[in-house]
Parts: sequence; C-alpha cells; structure tokens
Amino acid sequence: MNEKITMAHGSGGLTTGKLIGDIFARYFNNEILNRMEDSAVVPGSARIAVTTDSFVVKPLEFPGGNIGSLAVCGTVNDLLMSGSVPKYLTAGFILEEGLDIALLERLVSSMQKTAEEAGVKIITGDTKVVEGSGGLIINTAGVGFVPEGVQVSPAGLCEGDSIILTGNLGDHHAAILGSRMGIENDIVSDAAPLTEMIGALMKSGCRVHAMRDVTRGGLGTVLNEFAGASGVRIELEEDKLPVSAAVRSFAGILGLDPIYMGNEGKAVISVGGEDAQEALHIIQKCRYGERAAVIGRVCGKDEAAEVILKTAIGGRRIIKQMYGEGLPRIC
Amino acid sequence: MPDIISFLKNYDGDPVTIMEVCGSHTAAIEKNGIRSMLGENVNLISGPGCPVCVTVTEYIDRLIELSLDEKNVIVTFGDLIRVPGSSQSLYEAKALGADVRMVYSPLDTLKLAAEDGGHDYIFAAVGFETTAPVYAVLIKNAIEAGINNLRLLTSLKTMPPVVEWVCENSGVIDGFLAPGHVCAVTGYGSFEGIAERYGLPFVAAGFDGPQILTALYALIKMKGRGVVKNVYTNVVTREGNIEAQRAISEVFERGDASWRGMGRIPGSALYLREEFSSFDAGSAGLNEDRENKGCHCARILTGKEKSSDCPLFGTACTPLSPKGACMVSQEGACFNSVGEKLHL
Repeated sequence: MNEKITMAHGSGGLTTGKLIGDIFARYFNNEILNRMEDSAVVPGSARIAVTTDSFVVKPLEFPGGNIGSLAVCGTVNDLLMSGSVPKYLTAGFILEEGLDIALLERLVSSMQKTAEEAGVKIITGDTKVVEGSGGLIINTAGVGFVPEGVQVSPAGLCEGDSIILTGNLGDHHAAILGSRMGIENDIVSDAAPLTEMIGALMKSGCRVHAMRDVTRGGLGTVLNEFAGASGVRIELEEDKLPVSAAVRSFAGILGLDPIYMGNEGKAVISVGGEDAQEALHIIQKCRYGERAAVIGRVCGKDEAAEVILKTAIGGRRIIKQMYGEGLPRIC
Repeated sequence: MPDIISFLKNYDGDPVTIMEVCGSHTAAIEKNGIRSMLGENVNLISGPGCPVCVTVTEYIDRLIELSLDEKNVIVTFGDLIRVPGSSQSLYEAKALGADVRMVYSPLDTLKLAAEDGGHDYIFAAVGFETTAPVYAVLIKNAIEAGINNLRLLTSLKTMPPVVEWVCENSGVIDGFLAPGHVCAVTGYGSFEGIAERYGLPFVAAGFDGPQILTALYALIKMKGRGVVKNVYTNVVTREGNIEAQRAISEVFERGDASWRGMGRIPGSALYLREEFSSFDAGSAGLNEDRENKGCHCARILTGKEKSSDCPLFGTACTPLSPKGACMVSQEGACFNSVGEKLHL
C-alpha cells in the first residue's frame, strides 16, 4: 500500500474522481453532498452566520487531534460564537504531491466524526493538488442559522457582567509545541466542537452578551478586544484562571504565559452577573466544560477600556494584547 | 510574607532605587504586578540584563547580511527576530527570502545541520553566562558528530563587568536584585567584590513573586551595606556551577564587548577560542551601535531614565513597531512598561 497523492489526483479526470469517491464522498456521505452538483442547494433561515478559516497546522496529527478535526472545530466554534446554530460546512483541500493517502483518509474520517458530533453536514468541497512535500492545507467555510432575537457581540459587554472561561488555558498550544519540539508529556490538544455546551447555554435564557473562542493570541487578546469593542474595563483574578499543572510547568520552562496561549475548544463568555452561576452550572455539566470557571467581571464604562489582572500575590497587572508571534523568551 | 508585603506597601522611609539586572526579573515583576505592591518611595529600574536589548546594531546588521546569502540558514531564539538593526530586522530579511529558523534550544541546530549538508547553519548566539555553557556543549557535540556546516555568530556577554560599569556611571542605585540564573552559573560570590567597592547590597533571587518581594525587602533593610545575600538557595550557591564554568572557559575566552547604549566595556565578552575559530561566523569587531534617532535606550538601560522619559515611548516606539531593542524583547524595560504608561 502506502499510496501517495500525485499530480494526477488533481487533474480533474478519472483519478480525481476516484479519490473523491473513495475518500471524500465515502466519509462525508450525506444527501446534499451525494447529489455532486456544482453547488449545494439548501434550505435557509432569515438570519445566517457565515465564516471561513484555513488550517495550516504542522504536524498534521498531534496528541488529541489532527488538522481535519481542527478544521471542523475551528469553523463550528466560530459560528457558535455569534449565537448561531451551525448547520453546514464546505471543505477545500489543497494537497501536496507525495501526501500519504492513508493519512488523508484518517484525516477525512476524523473530520466526519467531528462534524457528526458538532451536528453539521459537510455539503460541498474542492480538491487541488500542488507541488510540495506531502503536506496539506484545509479550508472550511461554515453556515449557521441565527435564531430570532439572539444578539451576541464583542461590543455587548455590560457593567456587572461575569466573565466565564469554559476550561483550562493553553492545552492546544502546548500540545502542538510539545509535538513539534519532541518534548514528551501527557498534554493533549483541547480541540473540540462546543455545539452542545453553547446550545445548552443559549437555550437556558441566561443573558449571554458576548462570546469568543480562545484561539491564537489567547485569553489576553480576546479580552482586550472585548474591552475595546464595548468600552469597558475587565478585571480578572489570577487565582481563578484554570490551567492544568502540566501546561503550567510546560509554559514555565519555555517562558510562555498561559494567558497568551491558544486553545481550540474553549470559549470566553460575558454573561449578565445575576445569571453567572446558572450559566456556569450549565457549562460545567456539558462535555468539555467540567473545568469552567468565573474568572472575572466587567467594570464600568467610566474607567479606561483595559484588562486588569489581580495577581496571585496581590499585585495588579495590565494584560496587554499579544504582540508579534508570542515568541518564547531567551533565558 | 504578609509582613513583607505590608512593609513594602507602606514603606515611607528615604526613597530607594533598586535595579533588577536580569531581563527575566523584569518580566516576572511585570507578570506578578509587583510595582503595584510597592510604596511610592520604592523605585524599581530595569538594568542591562536582557541579552537582546544590549546587542549592538552592527551585530544585527551582520546577521542580516549572512541571512541574505542563499547558502546560509540563520537559527535563532524568538526575541531576536524583531530587533531592528541599522536599517531592518531579521523579520524583514525573512520576508525578503532569508531562511530564518526559530528554535527553543541551540542544540536543535545540530539536527538541522546534520540533515542538510547543503547549507551552513549559523546560530545567533546571544546571551550571558546562562546560555554560554549550552553553546559550549553545542560546539563540542558538533565536533564529535563531525558536523562542519554549523557556526556561531556570538554576542555573548558577562554580567559582573556591566554591573560594575553601572555602579561607576549611574549614581542613583541603592541596591541590586542580582540575576538568579547568572548567579546559578557564576555563584553569588561573583558580585561580592563590586558590593564591597561601591558599598551597595546585592540579593540573588529566583523568579516567583514571593522571592522577588523578599529580596526587595532585604535590599531596603540592607541599604548602604556592601554585602551579597542569597534567597534563591535551592539553585544558587556562592561558588556556582563549576562544571558550567569549566565548559565556558574551555570553549570561550574573555574579550571586550560593545553594549547597546553603553559603549565598550573591557573584559565583558566571551569569544570562541582560537582552536574553535572554524565555528565562528565573524563575531569579532561588531562594535558599531547606530541607535534610532531620539531613542533613549542607553539612559534607560543604565537606570538614568524610566521608559516613560523617552520621547519615542508609546508614540513612535510601541510593541508593534519597536524602535529600540528594549521595546522588542519580552524582557525589555520598555515592553514591560507599556501597561504603566496607561496610568500616567
């Protein structure tokens, strides 16, 4: 076996057809995709959310996930953060010559499994082959339906809101770095679709004002965006931030700060203060939400729009946006 | 600890100015919000212990020149990539096609070089006594493995000479938070002579909040006394790590170094010894330091000014568009002062 992708797989001819039939259509199998039309025609909704994201992560497989599961989680979570119910995904594959077909099959199978968990269908796609060294890039676009009356926006934070983080910081970032650097550890990526959790929260009637998934740039960057968009000050407590012991020590060794490390299955949510305990309870009961915590609160608009961390030893630190690439320190 | 916290918060004695020499301390002080825990009369200033911040522009220029040669691959720690040279940074060179790789350990370079005989791998070896032993091991391993496409462009510096230079030239400092990692290698004894000569206290400390607070408390209490104390007792000894010291002296010899903003300081550099010169990518004579016009890096690194005294700070010079090295590095005095500026 050990078949590889060749330029012929991108020719548009029989070899392409076979690849689509053997892998993409076989796993993504659903009545809309199976029509194999130039575009998928689907029923809609009065308000739709649309998003797209491209996935270029290396290595292609890592502890806790792979580029395929990530390509679904990333787009699904982006749809959820606007308060929509994710419905459909598209998938564009840019395959590099030399890609192991068995690996491609594993990734596609993982995408389908994640899509099922997330409650979305992959309804159209595209395949191209380029010269290269056996890698691949996946683009997914997503469509979600926004229920009437739902209004969730980074500009929606209100004085008195509680800030909820749905779980431990930094797991995905640490898993990828550890994998790239060949550092042995037990850290696994937290890549996960948050459909169940966010769905339950939105249905509960809790006043959800803003949501964002904590990806590149980390919590610090997301909260600065919230503070800036809403013109409020956010106060956090370091003691309340959930970070696993393994990630904490991994970050310590590399000089990284979990506040700026990326996740792929965590959201930060601003909820009306009175609803905070109920919202927390709902999130903690859902899959991927066991470690959720209230990490801070939103203060008034009369103060500077910034993010302040009350440190564990009792100091106060301004959390800035992340600059550059979050590069590790030297010593 | 509550007593120490309360002492520092309520301190209203004579004003004290304490320099934290090490960039990791600067970052830890910011991360723990320690400035907010000190009374108004306790003033912390950041010293020349951020390796990136004290590297002269000619070194960066030379690195960029090497990077634009197709046969070379530059290997570096992250921070250095964004430091501006006299006209551009390695980041900009990368966009022009330079092959620049970021690693977490210099030893990763061995594998890169071994797997790609067609290129010369040049490690941007900046740092202090803390990283020098790793470079020594890198050279020895390269020799053992027969790897001959690996070289270092060194800008390696030693701490005690620059601390003495600061004592001689600054005149405002009442005590030093001594660099914990450097002391682990050199031993805290390496600062005893300076402490005595200038009648200033030193405390070697680690990098967690309580330890830094304890060291600051001790420094205030010891004001005016030329003694060295150690609160980083599980890591630092008076003699230091003899094996690491030996590794350094086997591979490197002392020479003069130019420091960004401070000029030439005798005996403050480590250069590869003659017998290892085939591993040197041309490190000697990189002295020229063309600071950005208006940049006050020099006065900030020596504690004569705070970041906010620099006219470029927070306006022309920001973390997104740094003009001086102190704004580039996550250990730099200016980068870590950005938050404070908001309260001015």
